[in-house]
Amino acid sequence: MNGEPACVIETRNLQINYGSFCAVKGVNLSIEPRTITALIGPSGCGKSTVLRSLNRMNDLVPGARVDGEVLFYGANLYAPEVDAVQVRRRIGMVFQKPNPFPKSIYENVAYGLRINGWRGTKASLDARVEAALRGAALWDEVKDKLQQSGLALSGGQQQRLCIARALAVEPEVILMDEPCSALDPIATLKIEQLMSELRQHYTIVIVTHNMQQAGRVADYTAFFLMDHDRAGQLIEYGPTSQIFSHPRDARTEAYISGRFG
Amino acid sequence: MDSNLSQLPAASVLPEGAAMMRIIRMRRLVGGIWRRITLSCTLAGVVILLLLGFSIVNDAFGAVAVQSKVELAQLTGGRALEALSRTELLALLEANVRTRVLRALDRERPLAMRDAADLRTIVATEIIQPEIVGVYPLSDWLFRREAITTELKAQHPRAELRFRSWLSAQFLGTAMSSQALEAGIRTAILGSCWMLLLTMLIAFPLGIGAALYLEEYTSVCPFDDRSRLGRWLNHLLSRAATLIQVNIYNLAGVPSIIYGMLGLAIFVRALESLTSGRMFGMASAATANGRTILAASLTMALLVLPVVIISTQEALRAVPSSLRQASFGLGATRWQTIWRVVLPSALPGILTGAILAVSRAIGETAPLIVVGASTFILTDPSGPFSRFTVLPIQIYNWTSRPQEEFRAIAAAAIIVLLLLLLITNASAIILRNHMRVKRSSS
Repeated sequence: MNGEPACVIETRNLQINYGSFCAVKGVNLSIEPRTITALIGPSGCGKSTVLRSLNRMNDLVPGARVDGEVLFYGANLYAPEVDAVQVRRRIGMVFQKPNPFPKSIYENVAYGLRINGWRGTKASLDARVEAALRGAALWDEVKDKLQQSGLALSGGQQQRLCIARALAVEPEVILMDEPCSALDPIATLKIEQLMSELRQHYTIVIVTHNMQQAGRVADYTAFFLMDHDRAGQLIEYGPTSQIFSHPRDARTEAYISGRFG
Repeated sequence: MDSNLSQLPAASVLPEGAAMMRIIRMRRLVGGIWRRITLSCTLAGVVILLLLGFSIVNDAFGAVAVQSKVELAQLTGGRALEALSRTELLALLEANVRTRVLRALDRERPLAMRDAADLRTIVATEIIQPEIVGVYPLSDWLFRREAITTELKAQHPRAELRFRSWLSAQFLGTAMSSQALEAGIRTAILGSCWMLLLTMLIAFPLGIGAALYLEEYTSVCPFDDRSRLGRWLNHLLSRAATLIQVNIYNLAGVPSIIYGMLGLAIFVRALESLTSGRMFGMASAATANGRTILAASLTMALLVLPVVIISTQEALRAVPSSLRQASFGLGATRWQTIWRVVLPSALPGILTGAILAVSRAIGETAPLIVVGASTFILTDPSGPFSRFTVLPIQIYNWTSRPQEEFRAIAAAAIIVLLLLLLITNASAIILRNHMRVKRSSS
């Protein structure tokens, strides 16, 4: 059976090992287009590992091994003929700590275009950079200082710059690894608003420690927990409202209601 | 737990009141003693450095007592040598120099065809023959002038005492000479510059390349680790990388003379056709044995290679991995990430390592002696295949001579060496700071 056209990403029996240590196993997730899916769970339950396996960032970790399948529009990302570089162009990523390059704001956004072989004119590059910055709700704040260092921005602005940088190469999916954990509440609010806007065009998967955040922004929520071997497992997955109000699994309910984690 | 805490006899364990104040005073006292110890260490270092600087300057400047075999005034009747015409100079030579010597000079180049300046030099060296009879350091010239004057009068009544800065434009600009008064270090400066340039050209690309591979590529497991063979090969590769790493640290500590022996065996002997330039048809009789600038530079490059590799690795490690991740996350290949993100961020750190390497190369003596630096060269080095000498070799050679005037010119050469070091380091530091400012502002 081929992947259903309704889902962008589907994992089948995903298992990820670091050396001999099994970080997560048996993960079956299907992520629908133009939704926000939140991965929640206590520290060390493998939710970041799952997220990073969706655009093959785990390839960069020595000793990491991925078994099972990750289907992107029905095609396995881990098939031998698939190049990780091509995967990451189509599935972008935003990291926990804002990590702009020590370059100008303009060059930060243009970076992804340049490395992917941008052939357009300077004017079209300008337009693309502007579109990405507008898409990340940052344009009005930086339009007069595009040549300044990206590091001179505030933390929240830096994170939106990183989102703009990811948007510039027009990915289909954006993975966000705890994008607000290093930000203050106001900057967090801005990013959350931005995510709601981005949802109209992009599919977003977000790892968060903040359950309220998952409740506020996510359409779907996946709850992970490690078992007695310390291997993470997907416990429950469903629409956010259902997970938060009527969890089927007792462990989900215990976590959501703040009894542990 | 609370009940346990309240049961503890707190007062007897942690002092209170007057006892507490006494102990605080004690702790402050101990801290003060340590502060003074560290201060005195610093001061000791400063004093030692000042002493070093003083002893060099003291030797490089000072007085010299020169005694001529024939007094100029007697010879010319009170006129200056420059005031004499060519015919008068020729007459002087005819009258005062033995015919055998004159004939030899004439054979070299007919006397009648030589100009006045040339003739003056011959008069000075053949007739007047100034000879150093005493060398006095700066401190003697400044504070004991009376004593040395009387002492000199007693021993050499005709000698003339005058101030001399051994470090002078003439010293910098002239070639080697066996006479300390006429010796210069132009060939040594040029030799040092040539060697430094070639060493950098060889060591930096090699060192930075090796560091990039060890730091950025060895973590990649190129074989499929699902199979047993793949796992085993990956394991083997990572072991090999560790082994290489450990040995680079060891190589950084190998005594430089060992590198000299290696250079002699490989670059001078085995690769003689390369280092003498014979391979390129550029060898001359003088360099046919491979003891050239190229051989020395290759040896020196080997010597500083571990320093370059280690400091480049440190610089690469200091680049936050989040930047690499960001680049990969946008679809960059590993090399694009290295070239566009990692290297620009690491460049100031790499330059710091380069400074260390250059400082080491500029002052090394032992390996160059083994590789065959000449100490007496009259012609400037003209390229990688020239015979050469360098500043430290020249200094070493001069300090080992018994005559005091050579100690003085060695001190002057040390000042030149230190200045050369300072200039190269300062330019690298300025370049580095410039890069840092540019990166943080743009």
